[in-house]
Amino acid sequence: MGLIYPTGSAAAHPSNDSPGYKSTSLRHPKQPLVLLPHTLSEVTGPVYGHETVRPGDDDLTRQHAGEPLGERIIVRGRVLDEDGRPVPDTLVEIWQANAAGRYVHVKDQHPAPLDPNFTGAGRAVTDAEGRYAFTSIKPGAYPWRNHHNAWRPAHIHFSLFGPSFLSRLVTQMYFPGDPLFPFDPIFNAITDPRARERLISRFDMDTTQPEWALGYVFDIVLRGRDQTPTEEPHDD
Amino acid sequence: MTDGITPSQTVGPFFAYCLTPKDYDVREIFSPDVAGPGVQGARIRIEGRVFDGAGEGVGDAMLEIWQADAEGRYAHPADVGARGNAGFTGFGRAPTAPDGGFAFTTVKPGPVPGPGGTTQAPHVSLTVFSRGVLTHLRTRIYFDDEPANGGDPVLALVPEARRGTLVARSTAPGVYRFDVRLQGEGETVFFEA
Repeated sequence: MGLIYPTGSAAAHPSNDSPGYKSTSLRHPKQPLVLLPHTLSEVTGPVYGHETVRPGDDDLTRQHAGEPLGERIIVRGRVLDEDGRPVPDTLVEIWQANAAGRYVHVKDQHPAPLDPNFTGAGRAVTDAEGRYAFTSIKPGAYPWRNHHNAWRPAHIHFSLFGPSFLSRLVTQMYFPGDPLFPFDPIFNAITDPRARERLISRFDMDTTQPEWALGYVFDIVLRGRDQTPTEEPHDD
Repeated sequence: MTDGITPSQTVGPFFAYCLTPKDYDVREIFSPDVAGPGVQGARIRIEGRVFDGAGEGVGDAMLEIWQADAEGRYAHPADVGARGNAGFTGFGRAPTAPDGGFAFTTVKPGPVPGPGGTTQAPHVSLTVFSRGVLTHLRTRIYFDDEPANGGDPVLALVPEARRGTLVARSTAPGVYRFDVRLQGEGETVFFEA
């Protein structure tokens, strides 16, 4: 049966059986995965574009009466397919901790202050060239209980749809030079060092705005190749 | 060409205020209610729980579903037959409750084309995101009152003894029960694709 999308590329994803990340121990399947042909159910997917976002959704520093504390940043990049072609008009959702490393989420117990001027959730839609951009503040590192003295490197969570249910991606963007990289079992669950590198944004002076914000570039490559949809894309 | 795809990372425990922000002061754009009032088809509710390998409910997961409409049409350009059921997006997103419980309301999907001229039995694609899940899990929900299950080309790929984990059980008119077991006895069949 047909596999429309390249499957080798999916090897970049981390295994769910990653013992260094303790929460995986009771949450990873132990039975073998079944290879699923790429039927119409897989090569189609939810289509969410410009109608889902409102002006200002992409600026996390202007969602409250005042400005959040922290280091103002611009994060921009392109969403591409495996051939490097832009993925236009696709929704990008992000969420993150505040500058002190605290999430708004009710279950975050980290004893760092909440910022009344920062929620940490944003949305944007890629343009015709696959470009997106957010304005935010740099999230802080924060402790967790995975092991003694465990700290997550600063990161921004990303959620993307792309053109099909196969291209769906939830991931995390990191910042260059973070000293916590060698100690983080979530980052290191990706075994290929080149694949790990693709999660680290690049500091960019051209994106940086004078007397305003530091700029980082994070390009995202989704599964799939540009292809002309056909009525029976699953036929070999 | 590119160097390769961007790898997955866990959704983590703190996604709700962005992805399922019902309890936060953030506008919600997705919901577990897939079919608006104008959508044609038999209304159904799919409910269940997500369990971990110790049999405990997973209270911090997020589930997403993707399905065809009642006539087997996907709301997507790759399905050339898919037009005319305005208001049906086919996509739903639900967080789990503290006990691992979830529910979607939608319409029963119709059969859709399968590989090589076959027909796939009515089914819903389901993905599972959670703390402790680094790469989202992919499965399918079939329905126990569909005779077409016997000829479904994807179910046929699943070892017979495990096929039942993919089949939602009718528990009342229009209500189906589908539990997700991430690990252990009765472990749900998950796919790689």
